Amino acid sequence: MTPPDRRAERAAAKRRKDRRTAAIAAVSTILVLGGLVALVLTSPGWPDVRETFFDADYFAETFPDIARAFWLDIRVFVVVEIAVLILGLGLALTRTSSSPGLFPLRLLAAVYTDLFRGVPVILVVYLMGFGIPALGVNVEAVILGGIGLTLCYTAYVAEVYRAGLKSVRPTQREAALAVGLNERQAMRHVVLPQAVRNVGPPLLNDFISLQKDVALLAIIGVTGEAFREAQIFASTDFDYTPLLGAALLYLAVTVPMARLLDVWERRQDR
Amino acid sequence: MSEPVIEIKGVTKSFGEMEVLKGIDLTVHEHEAVALIGASGSGKSTLLRCIDLLEEIDDGDIFLDGEVITDPSVDPVGVRRRLGVVFQAYNLFPHLRVLDNVTLGITRAHGVDRAKAEGQAREILTRFGLGGREDEKPSRLSGGQQQRVAIARAFATRPRAMLLDEVTSALDPELVGEVLSAVRDLKSEGVTMVIATHEMGFAREVADTVGYLHEGRLVEIGPPEQVLEEPQRPETQRFLRRLLEARRV
Amino acid sequence: MPRTRPAFIVLLLVALAALLAACGDDDSTTDSGSTETVSLDDCTPDQLETLTADTLTIGTDKPAFPPYFEDNDPTNGKGFESAVAYAIADTLGFSEDQVEWVVVPFNSSYAPGPKDFDFDVNQISITEKRAQAVDFSSPYYTADQAVVALSDSDAAGATSLADLADSDIGVQIGTTSLEAVEASIEPNAEPQVFDTSNDVVSALKNGQVDAVVVDTPTALYLTAVQVPEGEIVGEFPAPGGDEWGALLGKDSALTPCVSAAVDELKSSGELDKIQEQWINAGGGVATLE
Repeated sequence: MTPPDRRAERAAAKRRKDRRTAAIAAVSTILVLGGLVALVLTSPGWPDVRETFFDADYFAETFPDIARAFWLDIRVFVVVEIAVLILGLGLALTRTSSSPGLFPLRLLAAVYTDLFRGVPVILVVYLMGFGIPALGVNVEAVILGGIGLTLCYTAYVAEVYRAGLKSVRPTQREAALAVGLNERQAMRHVVLPQAVRNVGPPLLNDFISLQKDVALLAIIGVTGEAFREAQIFASTDFDYTPLLGAALLYLAVTVPMARLLDVWERRQDR
Repeated sequence: MSEPVIEIKGVTKSFGEMEVLKGIDLTVHEHEAVALIGASGSGKSTLLRCIDLLEEIDDGDIFLDGEVITDPSVDPVGVRRRLGVVFQAYNLFPHLRVLDNVTLGITRAHGVDRAKAEGQAREILTRFGLGGREDEKPSRLSGGQQQRVAIARAFATRPRAMLLDEVTSALDPELVGEVLSAVRDLKSEGVTMVIATHEMGFAREVADTVGYLHEGRLVEIGPPEQVLEEPQRPETQRFLRRLLEARRV
Repeated sequence: MPRTRPAFIVLLLVALAALLAACGDDDSTTDSGSTETVSLDDCTPDQLETLTADTLTIGTDKPAFPPYFEDNDPTNGKGFESAVAYAIADTLGFSEDQVEWVVVPFNSSYAPGPKDFDFDVNQISITEKRAQAVDFSSPYYTADQAVVALSDSDAAGATSLADLADSDIGVQIGTTSLEAVEASIEPNAEPQVFDTSNDVVSALKNGQVDAVVVDTPTALYLTAVQVPEGEIVGEFPAPGGDEWGALLGKDSALTPCVSAAVDELKSSGELDKIQEQWINAGGGVATLE
């Protein structure tokens, strides 16, 4: 046993070292951030930029409309997310099945995945928004855009699920069968729960991405959406500040999701 | 001896080019404990997996309580519900509590209601010395404890027979004893068992019959005093001698 | 501590943004154009502080549409705005080969910072709020809004603005059309706003919208060329009027001179002639009320 005064001495030295490290970190952070801010504030174009991007009065004037429009973003996000979670699972299960009868379906699933992972989301949304009506189908732009997002994200999420399913050892399925479960029960109670836990972080990542991509609906003329509202204000009044408002709203949703991700990851490691 | 529970007739199994089982004949009677010994790769695990229909046999038949189970028309799920398997690597469900590991089979496969199932599960766990640990996740338990949970899980469904595949081979030596103790307990209950094992002393103690598997064939089979102490076949003799040299016996 | 630090930095940046926004008060506004009146004698090429000496750099978007430009080529002097631009250049003393054209996407024209043009013509409406961010010359055109619908649609039969309240209407972003639609038609469904005029045309042709609202000259071109199966249902004045001006950088030294040039063209009747030639305004278009 180390003598008590030696221990106290070591503890004190450690505290001193920690304090010094924290102080250096704080000072350097302030210096760098402060330096950047100073750089921006003293640049010659700053007053104009401030008026065009950080116009407080205009922000206050436009924010309520943008916030109201953001409600559409949230609704689209929730509906698409639920659809993607379900369809993505279906797609993943189809691709990982081994029964010979499902071969044509498996092939189709593989083609689908390649197609919708390979084309930019904005393109799919655009094609849905302008192409489908051209075929004579009369559906609201919001729905077309939502379908476009669903098509793309189902492909991404299916791949994440697949990775998750692969990450569960085959012996788990065997143990489930050995206990008397049938294949469906084994998947539902043993394999799938583990698969989802294993890929929770990438899944959540895709959802943060989806939330942001709802903004793409703007290009097919969906009004009443936050980014679009902000764009309309900006080009009508030549003032970009509303876009900042829209950005803050997006952050308000994505940042908590990212923190949730951290919590989940920490719990996994335990 | 009593009625046969498991009958294996002329079973062969190959993995690609490799022949693992080259024609096995074996009968396991009610309450009998059959120990299978043999070198790694001799086919012990494969045979057990074939009995539980986790592998498809190439030729021959396997019967459970007189009914053929290896026919393609037979539903494997029903067969597996009547057998219990304990794996070398325990294979517990890591996302479920110990208690739920044991109840999953009883509730989902046998339709017992949750409350009753939990009661049964607690009883069995206590019996195997795991009382008080039901709410923990498997990762918190030692290897020996996890294997005992695995035994409880297989036993909870009151199978017609239990298949134990090298259940102590993955354990640290000091943990082996508690697991063997649990198996001894099963034996005293009269559970029909097929035990693949390296533990010769244990085989001698618990088994009614010992079979030596040599390169896919059941080369010698008989009571433990014979097979383990006075083996008739040269292959068996060579195997045991090697083991003696490795001070396993 | 390590885990909370990134969150802390995010909070700091958000707070910073809010702080800067709070600091952003706009009492440093100037009026549109300039109240200075200046004589054209002071507006010769050698006196004007153009981007490049002895060259007038004019900006517009690409593609450049009729009837404002022809063949997507501003340099040919054909088209309403091309003609106006060359007329302004001429009034200021620049010859045709002293005029350079640059492509300026609409959204870039009003971004703060130094411009890469002397002035920009792109059917840009003058508003007070916009004038806080950029300079405008005197107006060179007053536009009405027109409703365009496919000939076989219900919207085509409308005889008043109220008749259009149930229609799905499309407009282009950044135009005064949205405001005009909301103020004058008051539609029951929110109008759809598209990024480009091509998208507006597509939306009309596909039936994504029942009708589109654009400036009258654009409507005339649309129905003549791009959507022959469409027709102009009628026109109506934009609320508060819709005047177009050349866009210049904030507090540009050129603004007084460019305005003076436009004023000269107006008083001499040149603007009317150009308008007459390129936009047959009022040619058999019904007025909607």
